[in-house]
Amino acid sequence: MNPDRKRKIRLVVALSVAVLLSVALIYTSFTASTQAKEPSELLAAAPGTSYDMTGKVVKGSIAHQGSGIAFLVKDRDGSGRALPVTYTGTIPDPFRGGREIVLTGEMKSGTFVGEPETLVTKCPSKFTTKSDG
Amino acid sequence: MASLGSVLLALAFLAAVVAAALALLGRDGERRWVDRSRHTVYAFCALLTLCVAIIEIAFGSNDFSFNIVQQHSSRETPPFYKMAAMWSSQEGSLLLWAWVLSLASSAALYATRNRLREIVPWATAVMMGVAAFFTGLMLFAPDVNPFAATPSPVPSDGVGLNPLLQHPSMMIHPPMLYSGYVTTTIPFAFAIGALITRRLDAEWIRSIRRFALISWAFLGLGLLLGARWSYTELGWGGYWAWDPVENAALMPWLVGTAFLHSIMVQEKRGMLKVWNACLVVATFSLALLGTFLVRSGVLQSIHAFGDNTVGPYILGLIAVVLIGSTALIVSRLDDLRSPKRIDSLISREAVFLVNNLLLVGLTAVIFWGTFFPLISELFTGEKASLAAPWFNRYTTPLAILLVLFTGIGPLLAWRRVSWASARRIFLVPLAIAAVATVALLLFTDAAHKPWALALFSFASFALAGLGQEFWQGAAARKRLSGGSMAGALIALVSRNRRRYGGYIVHVGVAVLLIGIAASSSFQTNRDVTLRPGQSTVVDGRTVTYVRPTVAVDSEKFTFGALVRVEEDGKQTALLHPSRRFFRPTGVPSGTISSYFAGEATSEVGLNAGFANDFWIAPQPDISSVQRQVRAADKGFAACVRAGPGTPPECKAIATMMRAAAANPQLEATALAQISALQAATADRIARGYVKAGAPVTFKVIINPLVTWIWIGGLIALCGALIAIWPSRVRRRGSPVRTEADALKEAKYREIRDAELDHASGKLSDEDYAILDAELRKEAVRILDEVKSG
Repeated sequence: MNPDRKRKIRLVVALSVAVLLSVALIYTSFTASTQAKEPSELLAAAPGTSYDMTGKVVKGSIAHQGSGIAFLVKDRDGSGRALPVTYTGTIPDPFRGGREIVLTGEMKSGTFVGEPETLVTKCPSKFTTKSDG
Repeated sequence: MASLGSVLLALAFLAAVVAAALALLGRDGERRWVDRSRHTVYAFCALLTLCVAIIEIAFGSNDFSFNIVQQHSSRETPPFYKMAAMWSSQEGSLLLWAWVLSLASSAALYATRNRLREIVPWATAVMMGVAAFFTGLMLFAPDVNPFAATPSPVPSDGVGLNPLLQHPSMMIHPPMLYSGYVTTTIPFAFAIGALITRRLDAEWIRSIRRFALISWAFLGLGLLLGARWSYTELGWGGYWAWDPVENAALMPWLVGTAFLHSIMVQEKRGMLKVWNACLVVATFSLALLGTFLVRSGVLQSIHAFGDNTVGPYILGLIAVVLIGSTALIVSRLDDLRSPKRIDSLISREAVFLVNNLLLVGLTAVIFWGTFFPLISELFTGEKASLAAPWFNRYTTPLAILLVLFTGIGPLLAWRRVSWASARRIFLVPLAIAAVATVALLLFTDAAHKPWALALFSFASFALAGLGQEFWQGAAARKRLSGGSMAGALIALVSRNRRRYGGYIVHVGVAVLLIGIAASSSFQTNRDVTLRPGQSTVVDGRTVTYVRPTVAVDSEKFTFGALVRVEEDGKQTALLHPSRRFFRPTGVPSGTISSYFAGEATSEVGLNAGFANDFWIAPQPDISSVQRQVRAADKGFAACVRAGPGTPPECKAIATMMRAAAANPQLEATALAQISALQAATADRIARGYVKAGAPVTFKVIINPLVTWIWIGGLIALCGALIAIWPSRVRRRGSPVRTEADALKEAKYREIRDAELDHASGKLSDEDYAILDAELRKEAVRILDEVKSG
């Protein structure tokens, strides 16, 4: 086989592999992702679907409940009605009232039930110019 | 002082602009302008150094009239963290960016002061353009001037540095990452210079190779320190979370790795010029993107960043860089084409090409996953994010293939390897890998985790291959010059720093990947709730919660737990993990409850070992403590009001408070007494916690081979240092290293390399004869040019 032809075949093979891989990548990313919702949207969300909830913990609402905790969250800008949340599992160091959190879970009879080990609290303070104590 | 700083910063901005202008005046290589431009860059560097010094002095002397100091430090902040507090702020981190850039630019221009006469002016212009951008940002963008004054009246104390950031890593992790990001500017600037002047041979690459390597090492060290910090401080027991900010630093590192490999192909074979140009632009753009991401808030991250005033400007710069560079590369395509082709698929350059594709593929996956929330919003209108399992699904196989090629690459010679010599080279590493795989199958449960098993096999192949390289190299060296094997090994590495430094990096990366695979696949992670005195068994270890401890001081409550770990009846560790509750600093705290209003941090109990890490963090149930604290606070509030319900211990204070209406001096005394009483009460409540012996939930992790990650990282870093270390400058007559000198040296190195490859059996006799003759002919041509020029 002449080298030019050989190179062309190699190029076509490489490109098709790349295309196949990227299709897989795109497809799985849309099926494997969880939708992110804010508390006010979740209040009306259907039960049984998993969501990433992003919101702000209402100050003074955190209570211990059994082996876990229960608290309220509001939208990140602090508006809307508060959504009750329950969570069992590791609580990250920065977690407390007034902080933004991300939690995966689903709605069960009006309460957002978080999956264990999915609570993410944002690291505070870096590059903020306001104190949030 | 602050106004002096502002003036210096403005002068620095001017210096950057002037340096760029002078450089452009000297674009035809006229020495007068080029020298002046370089000296202005030095001045720019000196000015920024002064700016940094002023800020650091302000932190050191608690000068709260500086807004940056007031917001990020306090009188109680330990001196060590005062020095590091500069880069915990937006404006301070921008200053750090500009300062590191000024240092790197000065170093790069000093190193090339007698070389690359056509390229340097353009490179200077690019570097100073970027420098002027960041300096200008501090001057003209809102709220990011590091010399901004605190609105009057100036408070007597600062807000303080967040306790989460008070970790030794804070001193070194951010500056390392920044240095890594910033130094990507240098290769980019020289690449642009080379493209504009069409000087696209290997000369510019030789000049910036060391900077690319330095940047790579800084980024790598920054990533490693960040992982270590997360593992020991953040109380979740992991070292990597596929968080956007982590990904942002990983992407330029990966592309930088690809670049470091593919420039070798350009240097040796004159190929892949377009690819290299694209990689250097991508590395710089990704570094800017990383700088942008942490300041924009466009993506959800555990690193939250408040203001995003500078985000749009940086995005603008990225757009300019991408559009400008792409246009430039396209307009130079004809000059970038190489007549040469890859001769054989079993050659080092072919393996480098594959490794490049893998690294870029890895970056593409991470990029897609990181920005998926934006992509998803664009197409579906819903923000959706991808979690760690998605990333792992794609990055695991790519990492496994990469480690395989990490092993294959060093074994192959450039150009071509005959089947016979390939068989000879691969025999021992393949045999060792096979033995290791069988041993793993027989003695461990690696069979349950095929991905991890594959990685272990490939890594043992890579390590065996690298070991063989060192062995054969040293043996060949010994044959040539005698002496002991150890002496030959040292001489081999020190005389071929680039090559063997690189191999040491490969050893480190293989060890690091083994650590990652083992700790992520065979980890035991349990939550156990224990009362004092109770034990539980986790993965063969008896974990006993011996007793609670507690400590209160003016800034925090520390709830500790003494934990004994036993294995086969023998005590292996006595750990004292704790959870600390900090008072918010900088705001007056009148209540005991304020202890629970600030940050809480975990002090992890870690018993690190070569085979296993035992990791434990407590989550004490402090609800009863908080209840008592609230009740006590109510009592003290009654003291201050001096109304009904005053508890007996502060009757006297209540009387004093009533009298204070007439005599304000009494009020201060009364408040001081309340403080003392509060401290005593906090102490009493704390002792009560110990006595009550409430159950504590512990997170226990048994993590195999985590230590290998840190060891591997350090090995890689040492390798990088060896490869970066400059070879002694040989001063033959003129102290000036000219372009021709550099060319000559590079050719000599190539001849030596081929000699070594032949002596260590990598090149067959006939291949070596052809290659050596070719190289010598080229060397003679260069020598002639040096003489005639």
